[in-house]
Amino acid sequence: MAYSEKVVDHYNNPRNVGSMPKEDPNVGTGLVGAPECGDVMKLQMKINPDTKIIEEAKFKTFGCGSAIASSSLATEWVKGKTVEEALAIKNTDIVRELSLPPVKIHCSVLAEDAIKAAIGDWKKKHGIEVPAHEKSSH
Amino acid sequence: MAVKLPIYMDNHATTPMDPRVLEAMLPYFTEKFGNAASRNHSFGWAGEEAVENARQQVASLIGATAKEIIFTSGATESDNLMIKGVAEMYREKGNHIITQAIEHKAVLDTCKNLEKHGFEVTYLPVHKDGRVDPEDVRKAIRPTTILIAIMYANNEIGIVNPMQEIGKIAKEHGIIFASDGVQAAGKIPIDVQKDNIDLLAISGHKFYGPKGVGALYVRRRNPRVQLSAIIDGGGHERGMRSGTLNVPGIVGLGKAAELCQQEMAKESEKLFGLRERLRKGLEARLDEVYINGSMEHRLPNNLNMSFAYVEGESLLMGINDVAVSSGSACTSATLEPSYVLKALGVGEDLAHTSIRFGLGRFTTEEEVDYVIDKMVQVVTKLRELSPLYEMAKEGIDISKVKWQTA
Repeated sequence: MAYSEKVVDHYNNPRNVGSMPKEDPNVGTGLVGAPECGDVMKLQMKINPDTKIIEEAKFKTFGCGSAIASSSLATEWVKGKTVEEALAIKNTDIVRELSLPPVKIHCSVLAEDAIKAAIGDWKKKHGIEVPAHEKSSH
Repeated sequence: MAVKLPIYMDNHATTPMDPRVLEAMLPYFTEKFGNAASRNHSFGWAGEEAVENARQQVASLIGATAKEIIFTSGATESDNLMIKGVAEMYREKGNHIITQAIEHKAVLDTCKNLEKHGFEVTYLPVHKDGRVDPEDVRKAIRPTTILIAIMYANNEIGIVNPMQEIGKIAKEHGIIFASDGVQAAGKIPIDVQKDNIDLLAISGHKFYGPKGVGALYVRRRNPRVQLSAIIDGGGHERGMRSGTLNVPGIVGLGKAAELCQQEMAKESEKLFGLRERLRKGLEARLDEVYINGSMEHRLPNNLNMSFAYVEGESLLMGINDVAVSSGSACTSATLEPSYVLKALGVGEDLAHTSIRFGLGRFTTEEEVDYVIDKMVQVVTKLRELSPLYEMAKEGIDISKVKWQTA
């Protein structure tokens, strides 16, 4: 399979790889996917409780090149956004940006889920209710 | 000397043609173009002579006689012909076929097709090491069993089945024993007499011959095996396979068989050495790597390894100047991980992380060393990126984690 230039770029130079302490009240962690399915994404965000701005984002992904690229891109996109803005990111935006072929759309869905899961985790820590449509579908 | 890139290490998929094979074939495209079935002129005779010579070369490789070899378009056709041909010919004797879980699709799908037409098929499980237990074969035999089809060696994990034991059981019960010999032929010694094999499918391009040509060994004595043809026409190949013979291809197949027979002892020793160099190199420098399938009963040129916590396709992407293949779902059309590894009981998580290395006649030590370095580098990088590796290092049992699957 031929990969798009952007997927190759994210694969070769993944942005924001790493981990933040899960216990930090300002850090939301999303872990989505399953090893049996060949994809697991961990996305973490450090969110300023006053401004609700995502100040830091880190990821680690087990998965194909497209999964790595989708999560790497997600960290780039959420950084500097407010929680509400980050929740507005759709998997189709990722598909478009990375020119993912149809068989790789699930990678973008997983990345969107990871964003929702990380924000959901942060909201829970702060006693904010997570509406159903913000819950990850996986 | 710098290694020439890209490196080809996918010799179970196909092999490059040996230049000596090409040389032998060339005259048969141009000046010796005759139809081997033209019995009344010298052009035809030249073609026929070349074909008969190749028949002898192929027969000699597997301990058969020339008259027992028929030429086909490749092993998929040979597999189809040996199974469907027996099924139809011996339909009145019974409708039961025994095969096993990790056959090539050319065998499995042919059997599935026959199930739609009133045949019953037993798909035997395999041991953890990938091999069939001969006792399982014995236990599966019914009064209606007409065929046992077990591959000689597996195309993904390179394990070699206990052919002699299975052949003996088939013989005792008077059941035809057919084998897909594609990966074994030309790589390890095959003797259809010793193994009691009645039908054996082989393919030219898996042992340095051309694509588009294969052969089927059909036993003529003790017992004489009969086949219904699946391609009808001019009655070529003793009526079992009609169609004008692919003379240049057949010449190439014959030459490739001859070379393999002459060089097998030396070549398999060399390949074994290189394969072990690869295995030991990877095992020494990476933790949590697992070999899939028996190391004891294995083709000398095969290594199939799982690199835990690193997904196979992303691994292939990182070693893009090395041609290997992966059992990862992402590299297959079905989005399912390897059915072969699943049948061995390899967890789906590890199946996704498997890589098949297929060494060949032209593999060098420098290439092996390059592949080791590259694999270590990419696996290390991807593990840095892997949440699973991080969790494992924190002491979390990945298998106990409740994953949010759809």
